[in-house]
Amino acid sequence: MSDPNPVLTMTAISKFFPGVRALDGVDLRLFPGEVHALMGENGAGKSTLIKVLTGVYGHDAGSITLDGEPVAFSGPMQATEAGVSTVYQEVNLCPNLSVAENIFIGRQPRRLGAVRWRDMRRRASAVLARLNLDLDVGELLGSQSLAVQQMVAIARAVDVQARVLILDEPTSSLDADEVKQLMRIMRQLRDEGIAIVFVTHFLDQVYEIADRITVLRNGRLVGEYPTAELPQLALVEKMIGKELDALERLDEAAGRDLAAVEAGTPVVEATDLGKSGSVEPFSLTIHRGEVVGMAGLLGSGRTEAARLFFGADRADRGQLAVDGRPVTIRGPVAAIEHDIAFCSENRRTEGLVGELSVRENIILALQAARGWLRPVPRRRQDELVRRYIDALSIRPNDPEMPVRNLSGGNQQKVVLARWLITEPRLLILDEPTRGIDVGAKAEIQRLVVQLSDGGMAVLFISAELDEVLRLSHKVAVMRDRQLVTELANDDDLDADRVMRVIAGGAEQKDGTRHE
Amino acid sequence: MSTSQLAERLNRTTRWRLPRRQLPVLVSLALLLVMYGIGVSQYQAFSNIQVVFNVFIDNGFLLVVAVGMTFVILTGGIDLSVGSVVAMTAMVSAALLRDGLPPALVLLIALLIGPTLGFVMGCIIHFFEIQPFIVTLAGMFFARGLCTWISSSSIPITDGFWTSAAQERIRIGDNFLTVGVLITVVVVAVAAYTLAYTRLGRNVYAIGGNPQSALLMGLPVGRTRIAVYTISGLCSAIGGILLSFYTLSGAPLIAVGMELDAIAAVVIGGTLLTGGAGYVLGTMLGVLVLGVIQTLITFDGTLNSWWTKIVIGGLLFAFIVLQRLLGFRKKSFSTR
Repeated sequence: MSDPNPVLTMTAISKFFPGVRALDGVDLRLFPGEVHALMGENGAGKSTLIKVLTGVYGHDAGSITLDGEPVAFSGPMQATEAGVSTVYQEVNLCPNLSVAENIFIGRQPRRLGAVRWRDMRRRASAVLARLNLDLDVGELLGSQSLAVQQMVAIARAVDVQARVLILDEPTSSLDADEVKQLMRIMRQLRDEGIAIVFVTHFLDQVYEIADRITVLRNGRLVGEYPTAELPQLALVEKMIGKELDALERLDEAAGRDLAAVEAGTPVVEATDLGKSGSVEPFSLTIHRGEVVGMAGLLGSGRTEAARLFFGADRADRGQLAVDGRPVTIRGPVAAIEHDIAFCSENRRTEGLVGELSVRENIILALQAARGWLRPVPRRRQDELVRRYIDALSIRPNDPEMPVRNLSGGNQQKVVLARWLITEPRLLILDEPTRGIDVGAKAEIQRLVVQLSDGGMAVLFISAELDEVLRLSHKVAVMRDRQLVTELANDDDLDADRVMRVIAGGAEQKDGTRHE
Repeated sequence: MSTSQLAERLNRTTRWRLPRRQLPVLVSLALLLVMYGIGVSQYQAFSNIQVVFNVFIDNGFLLVVAVGMTFVILTGGIDLSVGSVVAMTAMVSAALLRDGLPPALVLLIALLIGPTLGFVMGCIIHFFEIQPFIVTLAGMFFARGLCTWISSSSIPITDGFWTSAAQERIRIGDNFLTVGVLITVVVVAVAAYTLAYTRLGRNVYAIGGNPQSALLMGLPVGRTRIAVYTISGLCSAIGGILLSFYTLSGAPLIAVGMELDAIAAVVIGGTLLTGGAGYVLGTMLGVLVLGVIQTLITFDGTLNSWWTKIVIGGLLFAFIVLQRLLGFRKKSFSTR
């Protein structure tokens, strides 16, 4: 299917950061008309490799050729001009400009130096029409959905006569339909002869669309394989570099004894708790040592419900009791005083201080809880931080590394460590495993099991039913801002049944609890 | 009804019809009309068209300076040096004219100093990644210091070209405008065109929207950033010339605090202080609002002129809240 001559090659690329060898002799070959998946765990070096390719970073060794000619881009602009365009995970466009302008800014059609707005809008519509998108190009980009913004970014990228299109985790914030739409566009562009680099954590998407896979691990090249010759399990093994037994071993934790934990003491009890316009009144009890999974589609009210427990939003009806005593949680500070911790899904934007070290970031919440007049002794800090770096396998395991140098998954672990260090009794995890790799996922799941065995109550919110079922004692299902039912996680419960409830099947009518 | 309530209602009822982007400017326009309406209803002489012309005549230099400030604020920056640069330009002109240099040469020199300082400040802001606030604060002290260095007292201007430019009356019916107003109108028109129809102008908006994105989209962020401070310096220089036409002198302590009036006018004109949204036309409305407030207070005759500041302060509060209500807020950036 592919042209024998690669359009772009990267050979023996190495890149060093202070104290870190980010890339070590990595090769990448891109063929026209092929989707090439770049796979690896968080911190494997995918992002660095792409930044080297597009000239955001220089490289310390190795060479890059485009059409056989050696090239070294000094920045994304030069790369784009040479036909190598990138669409980043977080849409890098300007929300305050119109859709049309976002596609054409920097190369607007002009006459005598004046931007020809009408011409630009017409051409923008044409570009989007080519991708089967029909929208008002005069609208502000910021008023469009994330998926549309992503497609606009792609439209911008391909309209500059791109020959190589790099998609860096384009699907991580899209829902299933939007992903389908994106895949369609990718296929179309591939058929037009563009070489596509596809970086993602979703294995099914890789197998759906990729022709070739390059696997990186710890900054090294593991290998390049045609997708057809690399079964999914083998791919995962190559990515994490060890037999994938971590996830399977965790399965033993399933079928966890609901009756036992339910007999224990409740940590928090919500009674008809709700907030108008946000989440309908619901009742939910979380006991000591219990993991309650919360399932539901994006926007079904999962996060909103969790925020009521933490006081991030104020409930306007119902009651919340902690240890059997009714309390009014006026805000996160009050929640923390009640030993409730909330690890939000927006980990990168909420709470991490990029300039500070891993140690300082981890200590932050504990220090705040103690008050700034009682500093945590340095030795105690080092000891605590070391323990959590080991427990969560934070890499690189240097406590003094600035957090912004860490990969996304490792940043996530730092946030988690920060909350764990305060030893909460109720830990709320909102999508803790989203956008992180299989290895880190297994580590976080194992940690949840350990913590609950140690008596911590956990509210575990996730869109991935497998992991909800693996970890939870019971599953609370949200739909349309309502808690529709609680399902005991017994042997009968499987993903299909939960899915039916989420979709609004018959299950909801026959009682709220299966025991 | 307070302005914020009004904004909320506008926001709720007309969200789908009124373009959100232009809404702050429309609010400024409404405010201006209300203020003018108050004037007309209270004082008979207010309806004389010359009152409006005088607002332009008395605030032309502020308008030109505020136009430059609009460019800077649209990129998300700030320029505190403008008042000092205005004073310095006037001082330099007065001093050079006193020493007998030909007016054309004086004009050229005076018009070069401001942009040069702006260019230098832009370079420092861009290449050393220093907060514009700090850099232009330094520029403000520097330029103000130069004024006093040239002369610690006011220098009168007696040059023929200057006095004729200052005293020339352009008749329109029974009323008149000055040369300064014409220059102001040209500056406003050129600036509005630049922002709307040139790549430079559009890049200014893009940088204000999201500087990192602008960089990744391959836009010349550094060049644009330096350009806006240079433009602001040029506008301050033109403002300084206009001020010297207006006062026919250069004084070391003139235009103190003018940067704050300019910023106030830009914000009241609906430009977001965080950058990325706003219009030169809005800035013009902002300056006119300030001018009409002053005129109202003059007409009243009993009020202390500090009431101008009190009203401007109140309006600023209202407009900042308005921006918030309309939901124009920057998304936070990721830590990576």
